[in-house]
Amino acid sequence: MRHLLSIADLSKIEAISILDTANELARVSDGAVKKLPTLRGRTIVNLFAEDSTRTRISFEAAAKRLSADVINFSAKGSSVSKGESLKDTAMTLQAMGADAVVIRHSASGAAQRLADSQWMSGSVVNAGDGTHEHPSQALLDAFTIRKHLGLGKSDLEGLSVAIVGDVLHSRVARSNVLLLAKLGAKVTLVAPPTLLPVGVESWPASVSYDFDSVIPFVDVVMMLRVQQERMTEMYFPNAREYSRYFGLNSDRMKSMKPGAIVMHPGPMNRGLEISAEVADSSRSVITEQVTNGVSVRMAILYVLLTGGSLEAGGN
Amino acid sequence: MSVALSAPDIKRALTRISHEILEKNQGASSIVLLGIPTRGAHLAQRIASIISEIEGVEISCGTLDITLFRDDLRLRAPKAIMPTTIPPSGVENRDVILVDDVLFSGRTIRSALDALGEIGRPRTVQLAALVDRGHRELPIKADFVGKNLPTSKSQSVRVLLSEIDGRDEVSIEGEAN
Repeated sequence: MRHLLSIADLSKIEAISILDTANELARVSDGAVKKLPTLRGRTIVNLFAEDSTRTRISFEAAAKRLSADVINFSAKGSSVSKGESLKDTAMTLQAMGADAVVIRHSASGAAQRLADSQWMSGSVVNAGDGTHEHPSQALLDAFTIRKHLGLGKSDLEGLSVAIVGDVLHSRVARSNVLLLAKLGAKVTLVAPPTLLPVGVESWPASVSYDFDSVIPFVDVVMMLRVQQERMTEMYFPNAREYSRYFGLNSDRMKSMKPGAIVMHPGPMNRGLEISAEVADSSRSVITEQVTNGVSVRMAILYVLLTGGSLEAGGN
Repeated sequence: MSVALSAPDIKRALTRISHEILEKNQGASSIVLLGIPTRGAHLAQRIASIISEIEGVEISCGTLDITLFRDDLRLRAPKAIMPTTIPPSGVENRDVILVDDVLFSGRTIRSALDALGEIGRPRTVQLAALVDRGHRELPIKADFVGKNLPTSKSQSVRVLLSEIDGRDEVSIEGEAN
């Protein structure tokens, strides 16, 4: 494996091996050892052409715990804001000897473009491209679900997950549907028809417009952020109405199965898609998702930067 | 393929190593056994239970994965990471005995020393190996050896243990040249 661009490129076995690797790395981070020499001398560039806190910090923490050198590069304050193209930026990074580039870009397919081009020789990690994919987020979500509800199994067979809200603009939803279905979970998308993408019927998920009829039957409720910055037209009449039909508040949470968990990829619009009581409740694993993100991203960097494909067995 | 150690040979070798460990460390009070996964971890377990039988006390025994500390990570396919479990007593000021199945280039042990250094500062670190096949690439030697097996570099030594493989056997594969 050289790049991580899309969940579609991963086999079930590869996905599980990343989760297993993350599991061992999480135990390392829990212990006395916070720093491993594994990627000493390797350079990882965080190329963030779109705003991000969680993902960038998470990749930075992951790279640093593996002793890699990290260069942070954001569009603001760099030559990208002077109009430098992706190609010129990539060639600059190549000239500096980057072993991997973690890229966040507002254009769908930017990571693929970077990987397919001959502009640079390093690994490319997609950290979110437009409304296309966000594979590391899906992996950390699957990791979190497996940890809470996996019953010691390696996949998610038999679990059901509702992904609720702005599916249309969500790369998190797209990656999660692909990965969770690949791991055997049953996925239901819940959204108003205006916030579902064209062609959603070909996704490996069922669709519902009625949150209340879905919520008592799922093990995981994954709320999506309403992406107002990507909304160029009216998708729903007003915030209060959206919140009433598709928001998760404490009343609605009461009808969840015992043991079911609430997830959110962040950043949250408290009061819109999720109420503050739910976000801070004992069912919420939202901060744990952030913690797990570091372990999962360590696993991704480990797998990509240590040549060849993953093989089983220790020693 | 020729069999170098049969099941009874392995049992005798581990019993002798157990006695040698006790003799060298004047008892079992300060020792911590750390097996290197996969097969070293099982060997450490076996040695721990033999020592407990002899001395009548529980022995601290754990595993130490060295994958993340290897010096050939850039050259080879990534290995799956195995669990590291350090006994609650820790390694600080203890006599740590690393246990592995085959001692070859010595690079695994170098990695193990690095991994151990991140966990604590043992009083001594010793090394037990079921088989020493020579061809060291680093200045490392074992304190306790089950059997010295002269091999050529083109051969491979295969260790089977009943916990994983269903039976106990050490064999040499390939022709000597």
